Amino acid sequence: MAVGPTTLSTTAPRTSRRHINRDLLLAIVVLTPSIIAVAIFIYTFIAWTFWISTVNWNTSVIDYTFVGLRNWERMLSSFRFQMNLRNLALYALGFMSQCIIIGFLLASLLDQHIKGEAVFRTIFIFPFAVSAVVTGVAWRWLMRPETGINLLFESVGLGFLKSKWFADPTWGILFITIASSWQFAGYVMALYLAGLRGIPSEVKEAAQIDGCNTWALYRHIIIPMLAPVTYTSIVLTGMGAIRVFDIVTVISGSGQAFSTDMLAYHMFEQMFTANRFSLSAVIGAFMIILSVFLVVPYLLSVRKEQER
Amino acid sequence: MTRSKTISLQTIWSRGAIYLLLIAFALYFLMPVYVLVNTSFKPYTEVSVQRMWELPQGLYLGSFTEAWSKVAPNFTNSLLITVPAAIISSFIGSINGYIFSKWRFKGSNTIFLLFLIGMFLPYQGVLIPMVITLRSVGLYGTIPGLIFIHCVFGIPITALMFRSYYAGVPDDLVDAGKIDGCGFFGIYRHVLLPIAAPAFAVVLLWQFTSIWNDFIIGLVVLSNPRLAPVTVAVQNLAGSFTTEWNIQMAGALIAAAPTIIVYLLLGKLFMRGLLAGSVKG
Amino acid sequence: MKRNQKLTRRQTLKLLGLGAAGAALAACAAPPAAAPAAPAAPAESKPAEQPAASGGKLEIFSWWTSGGEVEALEALYKLYREKYPNVEIINAALAGGAGQGGNMKAVLETRMIGGDPPDSFQVHLGQELIGSHVKAGRMEDLSELYASEGWNDVFPKGLIELASYEGKPYSVPVNIHRSNVMWYNVKHLADAGMEKPPATWDEWFAYAEKLKAKGIGALAVAGADPNFSAHVFENILVATLGPEKYLGLFNGQTRWDDAGVKEAMGLLLKSHEFAQEGYQSVAWGDINEVMTSGKASTMIMGDWTHGLFKSAGFKDYHWAPAPDTNGVFVALSDSFGLPKNVKNRQNVINWLKLCGSREGQDAFNPIKGSIPARTDPDLSKYDDYLKETIEAFKTNIIVGSIQHGAAAPQGFVNDYDTVVSTLLASKDIEAAAKQLVDAANAAGLSG
Repeated sequence: MAVGPTTLSTTAPRTSRRHINRDLLLAIVVLTPSIIAVAIFIYTFIAWTFWISTVNWNTSVIDYTFVGLRNWERMLSSFRFQMNLRNLALYALGFMSQCIIIGFLLASLLDQHIKGEAVFRTIFIFPFAVSAVVTGVAWRWLMRPETGINLLFESVGLGFLKSKWFADPTWGILFITIASSWQFAGYVMALYLAGLRGIPSEVKEAAQIDGCNTWALYRHIIIPMLAPVTYTSIVLTGMGAIRVFDIVTVISGSGQAFSTDMLAYHMFEQMFTANRFSLSAVIGAFMIILSVFLVVPYLLSVRKEQER
Repeated sequence: MTRSKTISLQTIWSRGAIYLLLIAFALYFLMPVYVLVNTSFKPYTEVSVQRMWELPQGLYLGSFTEAWSKVAPNFTNSLLITVPAAIISSFIGSINGYIFSKWRFKGSNTIFLLFLIGMFLPYQGVLIPMVITLRSVGLYGTIPGLIFIHCVFGIPITALMFRSYYAGVPDDLVDAGKIDGCGFFGIYRHVLLPIAAPAFAVVLLWQFTSIWNDFIIGLVVLSNPRLAPVTVAVQNLAGSFTTEWNIQMAGALIAAAPTIIVYLLLGKLFMRGLLAGSVKG
Repeated sequence: MKRNQKLTRRQTLKLLGLGAAGAALAACAAPPAAAPAAPAAPAESKPAEQPAASGGKLEIFSWWTSGGEVEALEALYKLYREKYPNVEIINAALAGGAGQGGNMKAVLETRMIGGDPPDSFQVHLGQELIGSHVKAGRMEDLSELYASEGWNDVFPKGLIELASYEGKPYSVPVNIHRSNVMWYNVKHLADAGMEKPPATWDEWFAYAEKLKAKGIGALAVAGADPNFSAHVFENILVATLGPEKYLGLFNGQTRWDDAGVKEAMGLLLKSHEFAQEGYQSVAWGDINEVMTSGKASTMIMGDWTHGLFKSAGFKDYHWAPAPDTNGVFVALSDSFGLPKNVKNRQNVINWLKLCGSREGQDAFNPIKGSIPARTDPDLSKYDDYLKETIEAFKTNIIVGSIQHGAAAPQGFVNDYDTVVSTLLASKDIEAAAKQLVDAANAAGLSG
């Protein structure tokens, strides 16, 4: 599939071969500024973060004395950081499952030749265009225990459904994923819808002729065929979970006893409220490591897929 | 609907259930919008937790005029930042994606992979080196500096999107261009650009929304709050010990308006772009 | 050893580089009178003798963005413009973010490190200023300005000490807020048949039981912001320890696992049992509605509450010192200083003079709802609450607030907040006391 210069050179006439090589060189030249920018603004900064995490810069006085892994030990053993990990696990679980289940369900429903599909689609995707800050402001009102959805439950006689929402000292973080999934599920839906439309209708028809019912059709054919979309969605939502910042800041901050504290929020506070730059760099570096573990296998698998 | 020629009772039931579900979800998705709009039209004295679902007693526009008077200059700043940044970064992405998909060279895949890993940099952690670097090139505290940063951080995602899109363009077309004597730019200009509109829509929309909604980079790079983007101004509507919710929500709606409008305008193209292949794997 | 030398050299080079950049900018923007190299040579900085700047800009950086805060700041700007009509004031203000003024502090820190300080910025007097900025060598010594303006005589001694590091003052206090105030609902009090508000924690708990029977929360708590409870806690610490032992917490005389500290933790936990219903989800910014709607009956909070209640049209309230803190004034103060290498040095000096002047303080404080740092205000400009507070400030024992940056450095405040937040959930007093001891050791508070 890949159109390498070598495959081309066998078919192309001799005169254009030099031409192509010149063009290839041109392509590399055009790409170079981007490479330099990424090298400086992304990789140098990542390296900087790792370096700062090993020095003693924990007040506003810059101190580049090397202290090895001392900051790492201090951070990793702190209660707050451990809460961050627990919260990240819960947040990732809640966010991924909601986005993928709601996204897939909505895409499947919309794929049933719906009247007004465009209207529904617009309603489901537009939150994606809304900033996390705005999303947070609206949902904070909806999830305040003394008002919002609880008030709604009460007025329709469903008072037993009332919840403490994000103020719950144990599960509060899960409720924040309601807000973030509201924002992102529509995008996952769009991915699935595109995937569904990409499945040839002959496949579906053939299955139905074979006597597959709807359930079996989804179970054995559609869901497996959409596995790449699911993988993409898992990676995208996983990345969202690792980096989440704005929405937590707006809705709950770190919460009672850090019940809604997330890595990025903790990092921001360490850096700018406590001026502990090296400790905050530990969190930053940790986030980068997590991202690499999540993303690199995915990217490699995509690459393998495309080279096949 | 070609296959169901005889409409049975069962299909009516299931069709009904599908629509009901969709409508229920639509209401769920619109619920926060109701809260925002409803609260924005109330005066501060009417904003109360007990009556948050009630409609305002009259259409009070004071929240909007007050919010607008405070965020208007920043709204302009956001336009000045977002429009050029989205267009430039999409353009860069369209070329980089073109190189990565049609002009592969030794190591190009590795470079692409390194680009993508960079997509996931946690910005909050690199604000200080960012400021120092920008300052050393004289771009710190300026709108061009912020545009530059957004373009740089947009390189990976835009390259990825265009690369996926171009991957769906048959290589034969490119080869034909080569044989016709088109060079590097010729093929881009005559073969790929004319069919890239859906991809541009996806990328522009993505970049426009993420740059418009950016808070933290704009906050730090534009050290002068007069130049700050609208997202920063909206947060400034809240005081340190109290918040006038009606004004903040009105401000939030004003800040969200452009992305929602752009989305409504480009929504169709956006779906088309997605369908055209940005989910290859 | 070798590594150290290398690092030091690199550091020096870096500092020189930044300094040079700053100086170059200063040379462009400042009038010739303000010598660019002044900060390095104190002998050259004789602010009082320099002529008033006739132009240029003045950038004032603060986290005051709404309501009375902005109006008060505008009142100062108005005075400044009258005196120096050719100077363009740039009001740089940022609110929001993690913690009070979180976004502002983030931008300030990056600007400082990036070598682009604002001309002058709002900072809490005390350790927030000293620990974060003075020790980092970012600020100019203001001894001469204090002398020439006669401030050594009009600011209380304790306040000047708070502003000073190694005997030299580094910022000018523009106001004083009191942290240990109990705001209470007068109707609830009358309904409970009480003639005066609870003055001790024992009385308070008795009152709280009565309120509980009626379904009213005794204490307003913004549980979504644990820092709110940290504010309450500092005032319980003052109550159980008394002012002297409280001050001892910051110089090693009092241990952070002292019996009084643990008693304060017990009281904090018990007081939260009487918080209003659903308090865990209330953010600091929404706490006033809890009081104005009558859901809670008392609130231990700083005196900015007064202005906020007034602007919300709430009338059924009055105030008293927080339980068991009568005679003590837990203070915090907003101040402005002079960063090194600023672009408009003379304009800043004029700004600081205004901030410290009687005229400036009397213009700013009645609007801000705070009292002047000076001891010679024009009392006719202040309302009843503020008059009372001005009197208390003269006669009470003054101690610094922890939560608002006066008593301890930022790193410790951060740990202190963490401990309070954790304590509220775990209710483990022993563990919390141990964590505070560790934090105090790490911050070098143990003397």
